[in-house]
Amino acid sequence: MLDKKQLITIKGTREGLSLFIDDSCSFDDAMEDLNEKIIASRPKNDEPIVSVKVKLGNRFLYEAQKDQLREIISEINRFTIHSFESNVIHREEALAWKEDSEIKAVNRIVRSGQVLEVKGDLLLIGDVNPGGKVVSTGNIYIMGSLYGIAHAGSDGDLSTFIAASFMKPSQLRIADYISRAPDYESDGVYMECGLIDEVQDKIIIDRLQVLSHKRKEISGFERRMQNG
Amino acid sequence: MGEAIVITSGKGGVGKTTTSANIGTALALMEKKVCLIDTDIGLRNLDVIMGLENRIIYDIVDVIQERCKLKQALIKDKRFDHLSLLPAAQTSDKSAVTTEGMKKIISELKQEYDYIIIDCPAGIEQGFQNAVAGADKAIVVTTPEKSSVRDADRIIGLLEKEDMESPKLVINRIRNHMMKNGDMIEIDDIVQILSIDLVGIVIDDDEVIKASNTGEPVAFRPNSKASIAYRNIARRILGENVPLQSLEDKKGMIQKMKQFLGMRA
Repeated sequence: MLDKKQLITIKGTREGLSLFIDDSCSFDDAMEDLNEKIIASRPKNDEPIVSVKVKLGNRFLYEAQKDQLREIISEINRFTIHSFESNVIHREEALAWKEDSEIKAVNRIVRSGQVLEVKGDLLLIGDVNPGGKVVSTGNIYIMGSLYGIAHAGSDGDLSTFIAASFMKPSQLRIADYISRAPDYESDGVYMECGLIDEVQDKIIIDRLQVLSHKRKEISGFERRMQNG
Repeated sequence: MGEAIVITSGKGGVGKTTTSANIGTALALMEKKVCLIDTDIGLRNLDVIMGLENRIIYDIVDVIQERCKLKQALIKDKRFDHLSLLPAAQTSDKSAVTTEGMKKIISELKQEYDYIIIDCPAGIEQGFQNAVAGADKAIVVTTPEKSSVRDADRIIGLLEKEDMESPKLVINRIRNHMMKNGDMIEIDDIVQILSIDLVGIVIDDDEVIKASNTGEPVAFRPNSKASIAYRNIARRILGENVPLQSLEDKKGMIQKMKQFLGMRA
């Protein structure tokens, strides 16, 4: 036990303290070591609260373990946890992440009364007929005619958009914005997209070309990565 | 082994029963053994259009509830020996028929007949499910109206879930002058939206109503436009390659003649 490896390392950086937990020991050993270390470097009562980044390396923590860490670091001692950083995430979490950021390609006609609902971006090869509805949490790309309802960003993502080869939709919905077709008879438009215009605070339909500067992070994956 | 074709539309009043009666008659005219089944329980019409109303003794509910044999309930047509009708019940309601019962009847009829034409009730409830249950193919009837095309689209979506080949489309009640003025949806637009194969177009012809009222389907009349259209549909069902435009071309010819003679087209 004398030549015991350092399980806990604390380093000061510009943004605050970083607390490295060795990822090859057991969680209980690490907690034991942490208890000793933290009491030694605990700030005095009159000193300000210090924020700590917990770096876990290749260790996965359950929520209960995170709570345990929070208790030791921030409640008993006068630190506050800024964030947990880990190189690994849970398989389910990763799959959900992948699902949210994937483009789902679907080849069919969405007919009247049918609803096509996907997570992530939707690439529909086929038409959405009047009375049909497509819903996605990300963007919607339709290689075909959109006559029915399209709802992009159904989880509330305002940066999503709806693009179609031909569109004469009865309604476009993006997040919680809704726009409907005018009451007068109008012609459809070719190669256009619907997106939220922040200035007018409503859904507008514009040429596909505007997407290149209005929505730079077109891929759901990049978008997700940037949002963290 | 015969083939069961269900005639359906979703919306009411587009001409399902008329189409069933005429396709059946046209197939019978081509020497095929045909059985018509009316599945519109409680609102039967097919027997009236075929002029066989007063011959009904047993009906489809009697067969399903085993009050009679299938053979006893079949009515032979007064014009052909090889055309029969299985009438719907007028007094029971739709729950009296089950999908299993329908399948059993149809598989029994398939041994005997070349074509079984099933007239479907309007709507998408139990009656529709029953009519579709035993069918191998489907023909969707629509008219060039928005509401009827919308319902046809819904029905096609439901039929795609069934175990049968892609349905075929009949566009009924076309008024040529309205279509020319752009007051009706174009045939091409309907086919594009529904994206299924077109098996025939039928002009809105006064003869159809006249014929229905006399209990003689219009397909018996040699020269009416609607009659030719129905017979063309029957030929296409038999696999013949009849040009779809034949009806319009004919009309076009007449109009050209009229124009030539200085009459208003």
